[in-house]
Amino acid sequence: MTLVSGWGRFPVVDSEVLRPRSFEAVGEAVVTGSVAGGNGRAYGDAAIGAVRTIGMTGFDRVRSFDPATGRIRLEAGVLLSDLIDTFGPRGFLPFVVPGTRFVSVGGAIAADVHGKNHHGEGGFGRYVDSILLRTGQGETIEISREQNSDAFFATVGGMGLTGIILEATMRLRPVETGWIRERVISASDLDAAMRALEAGDSATYSVAWIDCVARGNDLGRSLIYLGEHARTDELSEGADRFPVGKNPGLAVPIDLPSMTLNRISIRAFNELYYRMGARRAGGDHVVSLYPYFFPLDSIADWNRIYGRRGFLQHQCVIPQASARAVLGDILDRVAKRGDASFLAVLKKLGHGDGLLSFPLPGYTLALDFPVKGDILNFLDEIDRLVVAAGGRLYLAKDARQSRATFEAGYPALARFNAIRKSLDPAQNIRSKLSQRLFDEV
Amino acid sequence: MTSRKTVLVLGGSSDIGRAAARAFAKAGYDVGLAGRDAAALEPDAADLRARYNIEVSTRTFDVLDTASFDGFVAGLPALPDVVVSIIGLLGVQPNAESDLAHATTIMRSNYEGPSLILGLFAEKFLSRGNGTIVGVSSVAGDRGRASNYVYGSAKAGFSAFLSGLRARASRGGVHVVTVKPGFVRTKMTEGMKLIGPLTVDAPVVGDAILNAVEKKADVVYVSGKWRLVMLIIKTLPEAVFKKLKF
Repeated sequence: MTLVSGWGRFPVVDSEVLRPRSFEAVGEAVVTGSVAGGNGRAYGDAAIGAVRTIGMTGFDRVRSFDPATGRIRLEAGVLLSDLIDTFGPRGFLPFVVPGTRFVSVGGAIAADVHGKNHHGEGGFGRYVDSILLRTGQGETIEISREQNSDAFFATVGGMGLTGIILEATMRLRPVETGWIRERVISASDLDAAMRALEAGDSATYSVAWIDCVARGNDLGRSLIYLGEHARTDELSEGADRFPVGKNPGLAVPIDLPSMTLNRISIRAFNELYYRMGARRAGGDHVVSLYPYFFPLDSIADWNRIYGRRGFLQHQCVIPQASARAVLGDILDRVAKRGDASFLAVLKKLGHGDGLLSFPLPGYTLALDFPVKGDILNFLDEIDRLVVAAGGRLYLAKDARQSRATFEAGYPALARFNAIRKSLDPAQNIRSKLSQRLFDEV
Repeated sequence: MTSRKTVLVLGGSSDIGRAAARAFAKAGYDVGLAGRDAAALEPDAADLRARYNIEVSTRTFDVLDTASFDGFVAGLPALPDVVVSIIGLLGVQPNAESDLAHATTIMRSNYEGPSLILGLFAEKFLSRGNGTIVGVSSVAGDRGRASNYVYGSAKAGFSAFLSGLRARASRGGVHVVTVKPGFVRTKMTEGMKLIGPLTVDAPVVGDAILNAVEKKADVVYVSGKWRLVMLIIKTLPEAVFKKLKF
């Protein structure tokens, strides 16, 4: 028996972990109740097999790369950090990166991860041309928008439940530099934040960090970060065309006692963060892609800040029409509790591509909460607001939503399940998440 | 056109071999990968070509087939600038205690073969007047332990061979590096209980090998903590050491 958990360290469950070394061995490793796992950055139970987790990070080879087009074929265990370090200096970056670079390509496809450019450029899956998939019934098939397209759109965002992603062909973005021209806008409340994000629609990248302990007139006060890839002529004299991405240096060596995070420390931190950011507001400046895209990656094991019992991330998306009212309501309830995370993230999303892809046109809000007290009840309360507004929760972050919340949020579930069944009639591929949310009981 | 430096990695399909090849390729070396099954090295060769736009070749090399060594070296299109031996076999100590064939394979894989092939390269490098030889040995060779002394004794022999070769070859412009990785998360150690703070991933070893070559280091413990740990272990009196469960 092996106890494992996701990045949020909740829930802790039993699943055998295997690391096969060849694609044949991957096939042999599949038993009823298996799912592929990547680099362990899914927060909850999405990448944990019901019985067995098949670790894929050993498959980290690039098969081929065409520097003329940026098309790349690679094994599913290649990390985005590896892609950035290797191909960044050659003038190519992934089109879409989430808030950490330590995710595998297979995981990024399975969760159809979004970045700060989803409002304009879509999710990770949009840049994937084809996938080599090992289905639950043991076939290895190539899937794309043209070939086995049902399987393709079920696999992009399908949380690994259509089979094991072995390889993928995708397109990389040509860039002149590894720097981002950033503009910081300070917004004094939620209305101002949403107006700034709407106005930032034409920016390639946009995201807001919300102070989620601010209340009253300050409710929803934020810093909005807009970004564009910097051109060579925008770099300061003598700057390297591509900055070096440092490995996480400062690590959180132990689980901090839960005392560390309290109303006072969070409030003080957020006040400081907001004021320092507001001072930088205004003109453009050029920053390395690493702090711009991956602010938390510089602190190794930051998940330990929340203590041994772990934390929950609640990431919802609310459709455009009702976003202002519902987000205001959620933020108000969170601010009244006062124990939410350091910083919450607010951003605009566009259409999702896969059947179970999280994004829909509207606003997404991500909040972290330490696991303690009545937090599960509180999040159920928030979920009711999300469901009533026609929104949904992000499966890559989820560890606790109910079946009813999930079913209400993902209307394409029936279609997804039909495709899943055709690829895997015996339903060998099952994760703890699929057992919790949609496998037949 | 400037000609690039070349590295030959013996044991190229191992986790540390792949990591070392990547480190050298990233630094601009052309790479030769050698292993028991040249065809099996092709995906790694393709990986290096795609990532770093360099020349990569693959060839067959069997460390137990010492009779083939002269032919292997003679058959290389050019003598590399750097040769790295990652080859080793942990084996199963309890089996090696009663199975002479298994014990022999462990000894030959860790001492005889790597020493002979690197000795052969040393002669060629000395005639040329330059070159770097890297032997990946083990902290297990610093003192024999009850739990793995067949492997450890062969690594001890290999370390001693490298140290003698270094003393001799340095006078002829040839540099010899001994690398002692400590615990590494690889195929070889999968399922073993490793001590977290003393354990590293293969890429860390790959970078350490490149770094040792470029800095002309002699003996490298990949994690500095191992130098201290082994210093303590080496200094324990035998009367105490034999009572330790270890």
